Amino acid sequence: MIPIVAYLIVAAVLFCIGTAGVLICRNIIVMFMSIELMLNAANLVLIAFSRALNITDGQVFVFLVLTVAAAEAAVGLAMVITLYRNRETVNIDRFNIMKW
Amino acid sequence: MMSDYSRYLFLVPLLPLIGFLLNGLLLGRLHRAVISFIGCASVGLSFVLSALLFFELKAMPPDTRLIEQTLFSWIPAGSFHANIGFLLDPLSAVMIFAVSGVAFLIHVYSVGYMHGDPGYGRYFTYLNLFTFAMLTLVLADNFLFMFVGWEGVGLCSYLLIGFWFEKKSASDAGKKAFIVNRIGDFGFLIGMFIIFWQVRSLDFRTVTEMAPTAFAAGGALITTVGILLFVGAIGKSAQIPLYVWLPDAMEGPTPVSALIHAATMVTAGVYMIARTNVLYMMAPDALLVVAIVGAVTAIYAATIGLAQNDIKRVLAYSTISQLGYMFLACGVAAFSAGIFHLVTHAFFKALLFLGAGSVIHAMSDEHDMRRMGGLKKYLPVTYWTFLIATLAISGIPVFSGFFSKDEILWKAFSSPFGHPVFWLIGFVTAGLTAFYMFRVVYLTFHGKERMDKQVRAHLHEAPKSMTIPLVALGALALAGGWVGMPHVLGFTNYFERWLEPVVSHGAYGTGLHAPVATGGHVGTEIGLMVASVALVLVAIFLARMFYNKRPELSTSFREKLSGLHRLLLNKYYVDEIYGTAVVRPVVYFSLFLWKVVDVVCIDGFINGASRFYSDISQSLRHVQTGQVRSYATVFVIGVVVLVAYVVLR
Repeated sequence: MIPIVAYLIVAAVLFCIGTAGVLICRNIIVMFMSIELMLNAANLVLIAFSRALNITDGQVFVFLVLTVAAAEAAVGLAMVITLYRNRETVNIDRFNIMKW
Repeated sequence: MMSDYSRYLFLVPLLPLIGFLLNGLLLGRLHRAVISFIGCASVGLSFVLSALLFFELKAMPPDTRLIEQTLFSWIPAGSFHANIGFLLDPLSAVMIFAVSGVAFLIHVYSVGYMHGDPGYGRYFTYLNLFTFAMLTLVLADNFLFMFVGWEGVGLCSYLLIGFWFEKKSASDAGKKAFIVNRIGDFGFLIGMFIIFWQVRSLDFRTVTEMAPTAFAAGGALITTVGILLFVGAIGKSAQIPLYVWLPDAMEGPTPVSALIHAATMVTAGVYMIARTNVLYMMAPDALLVVAIVGAVTAIYAATIGLAQNDIKRVLAYSTISQLGYMFLACGVAAFSAGIFHLVTHAFFKALLFLGAGSVIHAMSDEHDMRRMGGLKKYLPVTYWTFLIATLAISGIPVFSGFFSKDEILWKAFSSPFGHPVFWLIGFVTAGLTAFYMFRVVYLTFHGKERMDKQVRAHLHEAPKSMTIPLVALGALALAGGWVGMPHVLGFTNYFERWLEPVVSHGAYGTGLHAPVATGGHVGTEIGLMVASVALVLVAIFLARMFYNKRPELSTSFREKLSGLHRLLLNKYYVDEIYGTAVVRPVVYFSLFLWKVVDVVCIDGFINGASRFYSDISQSLRHVQTGQVRSYATVFVIGVVVLVAYVVLR
């Protein structure tokens, strides 16, 4: 039996990688992928506790998160395409017209 | 009891209002003939209805002469009620009869006088609105509704004085009239509040019935009420010290001066005092104030009238002086004499103004009598009617003014509230009046023709629409006084008897009674009458000597008394005194409020506050970089801090 702490460490590492990706990368698509990584870190924590405490609620939440993530990816990617059509780039730093 | 026409009482003021709405809403879209028709017909119908109502009232037994009509409850608030209601009693019947009659004649006259004026439609709109407001004032059955009419006539006065508003002097005169009237209205309002406070009602009939129990007779409170109401009358009726607006009001078109500033609006104060005579009978001190102000105004304005050269200004001061007579009558509790003089004055003074208007019209807008003279042969109708009015105002027997003025003089002498001094002032004023009025007649219609050739070539008698009202008013100025002939000469004073139910039930339990003419002093009364007629004849003779037969006399006289003449010509410098004592301080204080309080303090505070926030925002806006990654960084830091707080707490 793998102790729960191991799962949590993996999840924390995944989450930190995702966060770093969002903060560092300029490519919108990579940022998206990083966000997915953070979501999956959260999913992993939910599953781990669900298993350890023997309560299925966590798994139900994971399905919900997966569904929302799929929908979010669809909308987000559609926006990315529109942005790309306008600016011919996916560099997030170029999209700063909302400043002051 | 309620008979045929009384149901239509509300139409008396409503008809001119309809005329006002028609002309006002369709302003500029109607043909002149239509405008004139609407304007004259609405007032004419109102006059016919007033006459029918008058005779209906006359057919009733004297003690029940009262028609009331309440249209609806206007302000029902708790225990306070104000109705839109009309009250027709002998007093208001006389008033609507005179007001609508004179107003109708002046509307007709205006058709001729104002033809060719670009503001023709606007003029008739205002004139109809005025007639509505004036009829409301005299018909209202409570103080508050009366105040609506009171303010309405003030508004129309302002609009019509400043009718030629592109002329600065005219618009200034309008403002002056409005502001001076506001001072008086303030007193009127406070008086009204005190009445409501004590009586819990503003209804005339309730106040009349309740006043003796609500107020202590002769007490300080009722005296205050009387004086405050009189302050309102002082403003509206141009008495000392608030008379200064009336001479300036002559800037308006002449028919307006005739209607508003001679015949109707300025007499509203007299009407109001007669209407509230019950309150005044309970406050002898207030009555004394009324009498003193009236008497002093009468003689004071008459002396100014002696030296003015503008024909309309002479008439304006004459109006102030005659209004003083009316207040003198009210002040000695001879209310019916005051109202009687009000009516005869409405006839002959309107006629004088319309005559002056005809002269000015013929003289191509010349007002200065020094450049007139000899107009008799050019304007025969104007001359004869003007002469009738002059004889009436001078108090020559048979003419209307004689009866009313003589009644006032006799009452001032004999009434329990009167005093021989009041009589003496009135007596001297009568002489002065005759003198300055005949001065006008001689300077204008007799003697050498002093106008330019150009003006002379243009001289013409007024059109029919102007001369017919002149003749009609001439007949009234001649015969209008015959309803109130003195007892002492063996006649019956129908006018006094007619008003008796209104003005002499005023004394419930106070022991005071409005004096009714007594037969005791026949010799004295006739003696005084003869004396005043003799004085008037002497004054007329002097005016003839000075201004017709030997003009050099008046010149040398003027030089001998040049100081006095200058004083009178400049109207005792009252405008200048008011300018220094009242207007200038107010202007400076307003400047202080504007430049210091408003600009520095209030604007400074408001602008400072907005600049403070604007500066902060200017520096804070740079946080909003538009960079998604910096937002994300801040977001992550925030989450970390929050989580750390929750976990490590």
